[in-house]
Amino acid sequence: MDVRAQLSMVFHLDKCIGCHTCTLACNNIWTSREGTEYMWWNNVETKPGTGYPTLWEDQTKYRGGWELKGKALRPRLGQRLGLMANLFFNPFLPSLDDYYEPWTYQYGQLFSAPQADDQPTARAVSKISGEFLNVEAGPNWDDDMGGSSVYARNDINLAELTDAEREALFRIEQMVFFYIPRICNHCLNPGCIGVCPSGAIYKRAEDGIVLVSQEKCRGWRFCVSGCPYKKTYYNWKTGKSEKCILCYPRVETGQAPACFHSCVGRIRYMGVLLYDAERIEEVAKTPDAGLVEAQRSLILDPNDAAVIAAAKKNGIGDDWIASAQKSPVYKFVKQWGIALPLHIEFRTLPMLFYIPPLLPVLASTGNGKYDLSKTDFFGSMESLRVPMKYMARLFSAGNEEIIKKTLKKLKAVRAYQQAQSVGIVTTSQASALLTEAGCTADEAEAIFRLTSLPRFEDRFVLPPYHREEVIGLTIEPIKQKERVGFGFNQLPRRGP
Amino acid sequence: MLETFLFGVFPYVAFAIMIVGLIWRYRTNQFSYSSVSSQFLEKRQLFWGSVPWHYGIILVLLGHLVGVLFPEGVKAINGVPVRLYILEGTGLALSLSLLVGLVILMLRRGISANVRATTSFMDVVLLIVLLAQVVTGIITAIFYRWGSAWSVQTTIPYFWSLFTLSPKVAYMVALPLLTKLHAINFFLLLGLFPFSRLVHMLSVPLAYLWRPYQIVMWHRRQTQQ
Ligand code: SF4
Ligand code: SF4
Repeated sequence: MDVRAQLSMVFHLDKCIGCHTCTLACNNIWTSREGTEYMWWNNVETKPGTGYPTLWEDQTKYRGGWELKGKALRPRLGQRLGLMANLFFNPFLPSLDDYYEPWTYQYGQLFSAPQADDQPTARAVSKISGEFLNVEAGPNWDDDMGGSSVYARNDINLAELTDAEREALFRIEQMVFFYIPRICNHCLNPGCIGVCPSGAIYKRAEDGIVLVSQEKCRGWRFCVSGCPYKKTYYNWKTGKSEKCILCYPRVETGQAPACFHSCVGRIRYMGVLLYDAERIEEVAKTPDAGLVEAQRSLILDPNDAAVIAAAKKNGIGDDWIASAQKSPVYKFVKQWGIALPLHIEFRTLPMLFYIPPLLPVLASTGNGKYDLSKTDFFGSMESLRVPMKYMARLFSAGNEEIIKKTLKKLKAVRAYQQAQSVGIVTTSQASALLTEAGCTADEAEAIFRLTSLPRFEDRFVLPPYHREEVIGLTIEPIKQKERVGFGFNQLPRRGP
Repeated sequence: MLETFLFGVFPYVAFAIMIVGLIWRYRTNQFSYSSVSSQFLEKRQLFWGSVPWHYGIILVLLGHLVGVLFPEGVKAINGVPVRLYILEGTGLALSLSLLVGLVILMLRRGISANVRATTSFMDVVLLIVLLAQVVTGIITAIFYRWGSAWSVQTTIPYFWSLFTLSPKVAYMVALPLLTKLHAINFFLLLGLFPFSRLVHMLSVPLAYLWRPYQIVMWHRRQTQQ
């Protein structure tokens, strides 16, 4: 057992209201520079939809993640030599058109235009070239299913649905959508690291954060293709790749990442997971249907004496172990088993987990009315408004059983709570549902509390980083005093 | 006098500037080492420019290097005329393809507004110097036939004399003007090397071929050692 710690995340999708506050919080701190305008380290997508960059999930297009070739796990982008042969032109690199050309408006015109018969206008200009731009698309062009015939209908997760199912999904009275906020998953088997020729990207063993060393990156851009989630971006100005840093300067000082802290729906949870690094490769090779379970088996019980001993041997401190024992992420993912990884079939073993949304899935429409009261609670799970197949494509590599189990439990918790507070459901009906979902009343209560009534410190259980010691170990304190900040500090200026 | 300077002094000056410049840039500003690729902004034209250019220049440079390092071997190959024709023919074909690549790259810098916006002054200088280098090389190859043969008695011994710190300028004086320009321009490129995007050549990531896929860093362990 090789125990490592990971700062891990859970997003509760039922609570996301699609407000993009998280996106802007991140953008304000990290990506409001030239070259990064188009980078949305955190973005919120409407599903069904094609996401950002367009069709990012389609690995026949971008070749991200890993593929199983016989017994070997290798980057879908190519093997070492093949990859190097594409050094001068990477055929699978998304380009500006797959994102959008960042633009601004000539606001100055509004004041400086000469007197004329017409109102002055502020035309759109490219933020790159400064030339006039015909804006044809932007980030979140398909927010709330806008332009759904172009976007939502091309969602590749719908591929396995029958035509009838697809038509049903898009009938106007039936239409349903939900949001998926996405950040870098800080994977256990990152695709971005696997294809970086310079070896500039690395995973921090202490907390699992995946970072691009700005000094070592040489702008070969393979990570942009290699990350199946398209969460590394190429800075066209500095010629370096950049990605979500999980706000490490914030978490190291005991603050939640900006997107977490600002989340309006309070959908986000953060905590430490202990995992067994020895088995990463073995787990990443599991056949699709077993991937979710296999990844869960990597996560270790922080209360187990053997795990604690092994963790200490690896230098994980008592305070981190204590933090792992209180981790809300551990509860959702492992203890209750209701949080699932996004597209685990990419085999990077993402460490960001989603609690699939129940509300839009359960509701039905009858006589032109939106109806929750028919207590679809007892209806069959198969007649859901969002086909189980679709949810399984997103969250369980196609394994519908896992989705069914998860939704059943969420449904049971809801029924349990309904029985207690509003009485639409009788107590015996609720406990029947709980039994069916394999959930006790205590567990249902705990899930309810952490879902609906968590305090700030229940949602974010951040471990103490002892940042001062870390600095002391890397740089002499006296030297550090002469400098500003931590590590390398210079303007992100492009080389000549 | 001028030739003594150009062939006897300038090479050393350029080389010294290159070494000092590279060390200085690496030590003070590693962040600036990058391929500064613009594929993200424009990729159709880039393909037709970048691929022939890079593969062409790598092979042609290797050819030059082999010539300098193993003149005897090249002489032996050229002993049979057919082999000489094949060698020179291949070289010329490669040079022409890389010239096409270079011209496409230059046009692209002008045509695409976004690429133009990310073009630095040094990029322009570099492209012009490179174009001069390629053109003088190709003209030499065409008009002063079988360079791989005559260089064994001229430029190669001159190069070796540079390495042994006793530059024999006389070797170069007798050569045609264009060939001289080809050599001087090369030294100029050496001097420009640390101050342009050429530095990305030093970053060719060969280590990738054998390193494990995953990289995990223990800060604590590293610093405790
Ligand atoms: S999600 Fe993050 S860690 Fe995973 S492959 Fe992409 S950039 Fe790397
Ligand atoms: S801030 Fe929270 S609720 Fe709003 S879009 Fe982001 S994740 Fe969803």
